[in-house]
Amino acid sequence: MVKNSETIVSIKNLSVYYEQITALYRVNLEVKSGEYLGIIGPNGGGKSTLLKAILGLVPTSEGDISIFGSTVGKSRELTGYVPQITFVDKRFPITLFEVVLSGCLAPKLSFFTAHKKQDKQYAHMLIEKVGLTALADRQISQLSSGEFQRMLIARALAGKPKLLLLDEPTASVDAASRDSIFMLLEELNREMTIILVTHDLLAVSSQVKTLACLNKKLIYHGGPEIDENIVNNLYGCPVDLIAHGVPHRVLKEHSSNNDEGGFE
Amino acid sequence: MISAILEYQFMRHAMITCLLSGITCGIIGVIIIEKKLIMMSGGIAHTAFGGVGLGYLLGFEPIIGAFIFSVLSSLGIGFVKRRGGARTDVIIGLLWSFGMACGVFFIGLKKGLTPDIGSYLFGNILSVLKTDIYLMIALTILVVFAVTALYSHWKSYLFDQEFATVSGINTTFLEYFLLVLIAMTVVVLIRSVGIILVMALLTAPAATASLFTKKLKSRILVAIFFSLIFSFIGLWLSYSFDIASGASIVFVSAVTYMVILVINTYLKKRREIFRGRKNVGY
Repeated sequence: MVKNSETIVSIKNLSVYYEQITALYRVNLEVKSGEYLGIIGPNGGGKSTLLKAILGLVPTSEGDISIFGSTVGKSRELTGYVPQITFVDKRFPITLFEVVLSGCLAPKLSFFTAHKKQDKQYAHMLIEKVGLTALADRQISQLSSGEFQRMLIARALAGKPKLLLLDEPTASVDAASRDSIFMLLEELNREMTIILVTHDLLAVSSQVKTLACLNKKLIYHGGPEIDENIVNNLYGCPVDLIAHGVPHRVLKEHSSNNDEGGFE
Repeated sequence: MISAILEYQFMRHAMITCLLSGITCGIIGVIIIEKKLIMMSGGIAHTAFGGVGLGYLLGFEPIIGAFIFSVLSSLGIGFVKRRGGARTDVIIGLLWSFGMACGVFFIGLKKGLTPDIGSYLFGNILSVLKTDIYLMIALTILVVFAVTALYSHWKSYLFDQEFATVSGINTTFLEYFLLVLIAMTVVVLIRSVGIILVMALLTAPAATASLFTKKLKSRILVAIFFSLIFSFIGLWLSYSFDIASGASIVFVSAVTYMVILVINTYLKKRREIFRGRKNVGY
């Protein structure tokens, strides 16, 4: 495990406005090396916007973001991105192997760049790592959501990133696939920093090392144990946290829950 | 028809035009279907008519005017798409009519004999000039080179533009470049099918190919094959029955696509039922 606490992502006073709508308001966040951060919050709470701002996909209105000590866009080789599967065209004529291989592509536009042999071997290795070897030559239209998601993770890993950003990796995925994705991420966290965006509060809180709660503003950032106050603040109304019937460490006992030091 | 090809230069020009338009629209057709740029291509094509009109008015080759106008409109649409400020479909719709209006306006300003507008609107493959051929050859080579030389990057860009951007590929450049390639393709196609009918030749071969193959590369090759077939049959009809070439080529393309689509859907259903029964054990 990475022990040094070098800051990888540093967000200072970040605001993003879409015309009249505020997506993010004065967010401050630091992510250290080796961290496994889950960003949760309601729909429209700015989770995806924050992720896209870190990736340089949305223009920021105010504030600064630095990644690996440089401005956004300068350190693209070090970041891997796993988009929401609903935003990827499943009907595109391409095989699973070709998708993963496309992650190995050198970004510089140069004429007649064929994929090198070692790229192909690396792509096969990654496909094996995410457990999809048997499906390598399959068209992506014939993959299940869980398989598709793992393929996208393999593609993101092809660029050998130090920081992996995932947008809703467990949405529209069945329970077994969700568990296997979380197992994979836990394994990957030994080698890289992970930031994960999800609305699935329960699933994520049992996995990540730190949590950030986002509803336009950053409401909480700290350990994965959050209390009712934070949830009320986050969703604006009490949410039944024990819906799944499985004991989680999301909610502490009420008696031991008097300090609210988690607020920033 | 074969003796006519050997005998007359205009038939040889028509054959070359068929060949060039078949190649370009096979390649670009597959790309614009996958990237969902069909309406944008229609907008770019129709703007070209403004250039045709300007060419007539100022006395230069109308096809050069068409080239300039469609390239400028493609860059304009690309700029609006990227920078926002207005909705892309609004701009496309506006340019679509504005280009046509410009054409009519410029031609109206020119006193004297009204030129043959019909051949630009509906294509007249039998009246292709040598200068047209040279321009078309140059544009076709450019399109083929641009797509094959950067094939891996195009594929990544077409499949997932956002990811391509994040991994550092210059997608802004690729986006504008693609729009310019579409503009070039439109210019190649103007002589064979005309401005108004361009959309059918851009979509029908690529859509037909998508029914037969699931690989991007082979889809492009099959689309080229189909557009060549459609163009040559259309040319033959146009020559034999003295119909505007654009109309006959588009007629053949659209009818063939629809027939194949219906047969394909029927067979697929049959196969599914057959497989389903077999699985149950009947």
